[in-house]
Amino acid sequence: MKVDEATVRHIARLARIKVSDDQAKALEGELTGILQWVEQLEEVDTDGVEPMTSVVERRMKMRADVVTDGGYPEDIIKNAPEHADTFFVVPKVVE
Amino acid sequence: MGSLTDLTIAAARDGLAAKEFSARDIAEAHLGAIDAGNNALNAYILPTPDIALTMADACDARIAKGEAGSLEGVPLGIKDLFCTKDVRTTAGSHILDHFTPTYESTITQNLWDAGAVLLGKLNCDEFAMGSSNETSCHGPVVSPWRREGSNAPLVPGGSSGGSAAAVAARLCLGATATDTGGSIRQPAAFTGTVGVKPTYGRCSRWGIVAFASSLDQAGPMTRSVRDAAIMLGVMASHDPKDTTSVDMPVPDYEAALGNSIKGLTVGIPQEYRMDGMPDEVEALWQQGIAWLKDAGVEIRDVSLPHTKYALPAYYIVAPAEASSNLARYDGVRYGLRVKGDDITAQYENTRSDGFGAEVKRRVLIGTYVLSAGYYDAYYLKAQKVRTLIKRDFEQVFEGVDVLLTPTTPTPAFAIGEKSGDPIEMYLNDIFTVTVNMAGLPGISVPAGVSNEGTPLGLQLIGKAFDEETLFRVGQVLEDAAGTLPGPADWWSVGT
Repeated sequence: MKVDEATVRHIARLARIKVSDDQAKALEGELTGILQWVEQLEEVDTDGVEPMTSVVERRMKMRADVVTDGGYPEDIIKNAPEHADTFFVVPKVVE
Repeated sequence: MGSLTDLTIAAARDGLAAKEFSARDIAEAHLGAIDAGNNALNAYILPTPDIALTMADACDARIAKGEAGSLEGVPLGIKDLFCTKDVRTTAGSHILDHFTPTYESTITQNLWDAGAVLLGKLNCDEFAMGSSNETSCHGPVVSPWRREGSNAPLVPGGSSGGSAAAVAARLCLGATATDTGGSIRQPAAFTGTVGVKPTYGRCSRWGIVAFASSLDQAGPMTRSVRDAAIMLGVMASHDPKDTTSVDMPVPDYEAALGNSIKGLTVGIPQEYRMDGMPDEVEALWQQGIAWLKDAGVEIRDVSLPHTKYALPAYYIVAPAEASSNLARYDGVRYGLRVKGDDITAQYENTRSDGFGAEVKRRVLIGTYVLSAGYYDAYYLKAQKVRTLIKRDFEQVFEGVDVLLTPTTPTPAFAIGEKSGDPIEMYLNDIFTVTVNMAGLPGISVPAGVSNEGTPLGLQLIGKAFDEETLFRVGQVLEDAAGTLPGPADWWSVGT
């Protein structure tokens, strides 16, 4: 798979990472190289093989559906870049 | 007091119990060593001397009252991937420059509960993505080791490069580390230290900055197999806060060390004999086989046919999980915020300025392989290959107790030597990554010295939750290798 500049820009947009023109150019080559290298997996016959979902085969643990934590909003916003009282502040998203 | 930094954890524990020295003595000796040596090594990115001395004094008080825990007074370095309450935790990333957790990771809490002392936070590759500790936003860690006749700075390996360098240079008695594709074992091999990646689920991941959640596992780095057994016994626990943490009792790993290995069967996977592997690595492997034969084990050649596909499959699975995990760095709830015209621009600016080149590369690869139209071809295919890799191990472990391999294909390389080509760097993990893909435990034990005078390690791979056999066999390798040379101290100011 050859990754072109438009594809780099598309996935950078999906990943919410701004890329400069220079970076997009460099990433074209780098991502193409990595993807072509991983494509050697095509050699492996995986017909009828289940994809792994967990390395340790165990049933998901269940717990009672009760509140066991919380009640410290000051801690939650302590590392926020911007907050008002105990709310996170973001740019306006609704007109 | 210089010799207090040369102690093993086991010797420190015994000396403290016998009141030969105090926890404060050991802490001060290490803080002195950090003061003198850290500028050159860049292993610690945040030494915490005040906390260390306060904790050490509390240890001495508990020792006086006869209430010592199993790691009472043992000073440790903590990889900066572990959240430590009220102590800045950056994961080596600019995006977390000013992040100060309001909570403590389960593993570090287990260590403090046992009486360990925090010396500071250790440098690592950004979000643990790297094999040389060159991707940290705090700059590279310099290995205390140098090639014979050269002053060129070498990498300590990665991503737990700060942990490896600090343990090797005697800036702590032991360190925590994490291993997603080899990040404990590869730096252990490069620095002549012992590193253990436990079975997936043995240690809680709660409070550790996530990279690839189905692969990440924490473990100890130490200067002896016994010390690693002691530390893992404290780090491992069942934690209801991590659903993948297993509800199984933690064995007494140290007690397993004395047991004979006579009668065990050790497998030698033929696929680990790679083209172009240096003769010295092959020779070390043969030496390890000879040592184990002398100890009475049966050696058996085995085949793990999907070995060569582990690394490419890893570079689909790990970036995919990373792209999901790192979506949380949005400049809203914590971390860096770089403003933009609207919220999307703010996200994009924040993540562009906050993440380094390797992290961006992996997030983009991960986003690509999970994106519409490509998921089956890449991610699903890789997870099927992963099933085959695990099956290889399951079949082999029907006939053998443990596997012996080299830890790395080469000894440590110089800073800057491999940073130009991502795939060349990724190949460092070729012998370690299979273990993460299958969720198995692995240990790297220093076993010899390269032609350049730098360390080489051997890796043991065990059955799931059979760390005890790794420690038993690891101890035999360590004993057989004898006293290996340590790095000559060039890093301390005034020596």
